[in-house]
Amino acid sequence: MVDNTRQVHVNAFSGGSIHVKGVGRVFSNPDGNDIVALNNATLDVNKGEFVSLVGPSGCGKSTLLRLIAGLDTPTGGELFLDEEKITGPNYERGLVFQDPTLFPWLSVKANVASGLVARKIYHQNKHLVSEYIKLVGLEGFENSFPHQLSGGMAQRVALARALVNHPKVMLLDEPLGALDAFTRMQMQDEILRIWQNRNTTMLLVTHDIDEAIYMSDRIVIMTPRPGKIQQVLNVEIGRPRRRNDQDFFRIRSKILEMLHFAREETLSYYL
Amino acid sequence: MALNRAESTAENVLLQEESVPDNNAAAKSRLKILTFIPLITLAIDFILHIALPNTQMSGINKSYDTVLVIVWIIYTGAILLSIKVKSIVDKINHKAPFFLAISIFIGIWDLVTLKLGWLELPYFPGPDKVLGIFTEDWAVLLKSTFYSLRLLLVAYLIGVSSGLLSGITMGWSKTINYWVMPILKVIGPIPATAWIPIAMVVFPTSFAASIFLIVLAVWFPVTVMTSSGISNVRNSYFEVAKTLGADEKYLIFKVAIPASYPSIFIGLFMGMGSAFLTLIVGEMLGVKAGLGWYINWAQGWAEYSKVYAALIVIAFIFSSLLTSLFRIKDRVLSWQKGLIKW
Repeated sequence: MVDNTRQVHVNAFSGGSIHVKGVGRVFSNPDGNDIVALNNATLDVNKGEFVSLVGPSGCGKSTLLRLIAGLDTPTGGELFLDEEKITGPNYERGLVFQDPTLFPWLSVKANVASGLVARKIYHQNKHLVSEYIKLVGLEGFENSFPHQLSGGMAQRVALARALVNHPKVMLLDEPLGALDAFTRMQMQDEILRIWQNRNTTMLLVTHDIDEAIYMSDRIVIMTPRPGKIQQVLNVEIGRPRRRNDQDFFRIRSKILEMLHFAREETLSYYL
Repeated sequence: MALNRAESTAENVLLQEESVPDNNAAAKSRLKILTFIPLITLAIDFILHIALPNTQMSGINKSYDTVLVIVWIIYTGAILLSIKVKSIVDKINHKAPFFLAISIFIGIWDLVTLKLGWLELPYFPGPDKVLGIFTEDWAVLLKSTFYSLRLLLVAYLIGVSSGLLSGITMGWSKTINYWVMPILKVIGPIPATAWIPIAMVVFPTSFAASIFLIVLAVWFPVTVMTSSGISNVRNSYFEVAKTLGADEKYLIFKVAIPASYPSIFIGLFMGMGSAFLTLIVGEMLGVKAGLGWYINWAQGWAEYSKVYAALIVIAFIFSSLLTSLFRIKDRVLSWQKGLIKW
């Protein structure tokens, strides 16, 4: 199953740990009704760990991810990457949105290269571009433009574009949300493969509980009004995982219960 | 992983199919009968011109006859060539109805002016007179064209550069936007030609004055479209770029500007249109050279054939400039879907 030709032989990278310490984010409204998007969140993500944030809309999972990315500043608390305080966006924390947000004026190759160009290290690292295009399985599409790509392919380019910078942490904000079910499962395996190859710390925001269970070491369950971390759950299933495992269903119903979605009948069905 | 490969190859095939030209259609195509008719109508034009007596006063001028013969030879040549070179058959078939319409039009033009005199001199000269200007007065016409082109290009380039500069800085900086926007809103909508009386006094030469007017005419649309393009760039492009390690310079030059190209090009087209207008009006009213001046001057002598000749030159030049701008746009915006064709 492991296709060696598509591995990237770079050992220079390692994951980083994320520390979220009592972080809150309040959006103040002009009419005086402040919205607490995130309340007093505390979370530690270890080096090389795969952690998912799940919960219904408005639970603050995307807010938390944006705070870690440095695209937003907390109204309370502090965030750290390893020992360094997060004050703004940085290439060490790579980000992939649900919308691939490829630069439409650049070819696939130039999109993947854009991080290296932005950091002015492109000329020393040209070889990385084709390596990462290969890693995500897009050989032959180097000169295509984003509008010629399917949703799945575009998301692969977005992944390669973030990975080429060797980020310590990959922040994935529902990256597979817009894909069809089959492409989605296939991309889940691709992301896992990349993660296992490289030991990057992964933080995934998703609506999809199955996706979270299939991929994560730990699942952070969040609830809305105000957005907060409800519970953190260990996924103690060996890898590679199977989507129809008994343990899989057990964890699934546990999460549904925590989110108050489980009714008696459905629970007994899964158990 | 097998699935993934399958997806890739399927996409590959799709992309290739789009790029392969349709060879089969070219092999089948033949010259249509309609394609030969312009040869007959051109011959009729020629015979009518030679055989019928003139009603309008006419100088000794063989330019119309000569042009008809040359066009006839070129057209026949193209048809003969298409027997050897199959790829131009479709092109000739496609253009033939248009040539036919043109040949009928100039035949009628010749009839209603020179031959029948239904349209009267000096306002409606026949094709022989208008074409004759290109052989009689070519030196003045050429010089005028040169002056117009020089003025237009110099001023357009200055206008575009200043428009891009102010548009980009306004789109990027709130402070600059605060100070420049009110000026833009008040000064911008004034047609540049309204400044002619002032420009003629303030500037030492009429050349400098017309440069100023055209620059003003180009600057306004380019600034507006550039700044609105930049301020409408999707915020997520900037966010992604920042998480990729972009500094402010990268955000401006590699994100904001390329993302605004579609809007910037609209500004460049609008600017070119108002540059044409300002150029000709400026030359008619103040400058003592150029095609606008030539038209005005010819009108003063009631030499309308020169007016028509100058109009033909203007049409040719302006159309070529617009076409070049479209070509540049297609190049730069090749990444965009659904381009407007010219």
